[in-house]
Amino acid sequence: MATLELSLDEQAAEPARRKRRLGLLFWFAMGWMVLVFAVAILADVLPLPSPTDMDMLEKRAPFSAEHWLGTDGFGRDELSRLVHGARISLIVGLFAPVIGLTIGGALGMLAGYFRGRFESIVVGSMDVLLAFPPLILALAVTAYLGQSIFHLTCILGVLGIPAFMRVARAATLTLARREFVIAAQALGATHARILLRELLPNVLLPLLAFFLLAVAVTIVVEGALSFLGLGVPPPISSWGSMIGEGRESLDVAPRLAFIPAIAMFLTVLSFNLIGDTLRALTDPRQGAL
Amino acid sequence: MSGALLSVQDAVVDLPTPRGNLRAVDHVDLSVGAGRTLGIVGESGCGKTMLSRAILQLLPKKAKLSGRVMFDGQDLPQLSPEKLRKLRGQSLAVVFQDPMTSLNPVLTIGTQLIETIQEHLELDLAEARKRSIELLAAVGIPAPEQRLAQYPHQLSGGMRQRVAIAIALSCEPKLLIADEPTTALDVTIQAQILDLLAREQQRRHMAMIIITHDLGVVAGRTDEVAVMYAGRVVERAPTPALFKQMRMPYTEALLAALPKLDAAPHTPLPAISGRPPDPTRPLKGCSFAPRCRYAAGRCNTEKPALSAAETPEHVYACFHPIETRARVEA
Repeated sequence: MATLELSLDEQAAEPARRKRRLGLLFWFAMGWMVLVFAVAILADVLPLPSPTDMDMLEKRAPFSAEHWLGTDGFGRDELSRLVHGARISLIVGLFAPVIGLTIGGALGMLAGYFRGRFESIVVGSMDVLLAFPPLILALAVTAYLGQSIFHLTCILGVLGIPAFMRVARAATLTLARREFVIAAQALGATHARILLRELLPNVLLPLLAFFLLAVAVTIVVEGALSFLGLGVPPPISSWGSMIGEGRESLDVAPRLAFIPAIAMFLTVLSFNLIGDTLRALTDPRQGAL
Repeated sequence: MSGALLSVQDAVVDLPTPRGNLRAVDHVDLSVGAGRTLGIVGESGCGKTMLSRAILQLLPKKAKLSGRVMFDGQDLPQLSPEKLRKLRGQSLAVVFQDPMTSLNPVLTIGTQLIETIQEHLELDLAEARKRSIELLAAVGIPAPEQRLAQYPHQLSGGMRQRVAIAIALSCEPKLLIADEPTTALDVTIQAQILDLLAREQQRRHMAMIIITHDLGVVAGRTDEVAVMYAGRVVERAPTPALFKQMRMPYTEALLAALPKLDAAPHTPLPAISGRPPDPTRPLKGCSFAPRCRYAAGRCNTEKPALSAAETPEHVYACFHPIETRARVEA
């Protein structure tokens, strides 16, 4: 689930420098991302029906000029729900990894740089967090604090911390012994300066590559949690909850589950494609490390 | 010694290892005067690098240092971390063996140089940039302005080492420690880098310590040479005196192991047989005795102390010093 236990092996396996041409697939992914972001931001301005207004006479209506993607089991406009759902997916999908990136990245760098007891405490507590069943944590938090987008983002963010911590710590460990760090110390650099100016730019590259992966995974996990009824509270739509609702009518109107599933699939795929391409393009140091 | 910029007195560095205590530096006394050059020579693992780290106070956390490291009238191990940090930036600098790893791979040359200059000299960006270009030009880098925007991996090894030297020189140090500065470079570049170091050293009147395993490197470019073996200084002398008449069999063996251009092809290189003693199990006698062809009698039971040769500056630790003229001219 949200533990993101993926190492950076794939990065090392990349050839030093790919050709600079971006390819059709990249532009397709970019186009889809721009579209999703645009409709998510402009959802309230777009001339769409309300995503929560029910029309019981128009239940599971097929595609029409009035409802481009038809209506769902309560007669709500499917396209409008999809667009508003994109908002939730993107907010949760982007902000949860940001929590993981900042807290996990900072902890990992400090642990890898200072070592000693601090490192043992950080690594130990992260192992505890990793061992804790994520679904139970999500259940417990939503049961006590209630369902909301904010809580959902926090849960997914906290669950991502250990993975970011490990990536940051592993990168810092190898870098902190390099001579440029000792050279900086010999030139009188402070710990803060070494961490921020010497180490951070090096650690940031693997962290950002991992960030894009985490965005993709988080969108899927948010969908899974919403599907289980642990995500955003109804009647707010998210892609996951739409798939969950569509499940009830898979036999009569399978499109109600498949349309949000396709949207999620395309978005996650686009994040991965863009992430890979950007990394291949902006990595100046493969040959140097 | 009074008046010395740096004087290391009775320095001992102990490293705890799983196999027992490792004495990396064993009661070393050294001193370097302002504007002078000291060469420290010895084979791998003899404690050269540990000694340089001890001078910079950059030993691994586990290592224990005892003895005094007096720099500019201050005992470095006694200084507070903050004072030490300031002193390092103002007066000490270091150039490492491998220019691949001593530059930050993801920052441009310009960023690394300009930031260091701004940190130490309180110049604004434009002035710092101008100074960076001057420095790069001074260390012999063509088209320095374009180099500022380049990353370390876009430069050759020799160029990178020049950049590392420029960064080290940027804070106008009083003492530059060059830890095997040419070992990772090919021979033609080696001479250029050493000449560059010597030129800048004279121009800036800074003291310099060159650490190397190559007696040929120190021969023409140092005022004084200290030969280290198994953590100890076994012979120390002004460079001309050392090459005129070396006393310690180890120094002689090191010199003999240098390849000679005038030797016939396929002449076997006289290597020093055996390996240095295990530093976690110190020998009772002279550490070099098991490999020394002159060793006899008390060499195996007693450690020779440093004693003076004909001049007080030339000291050596040996019971059976070489009396004949060195057979090999440097």
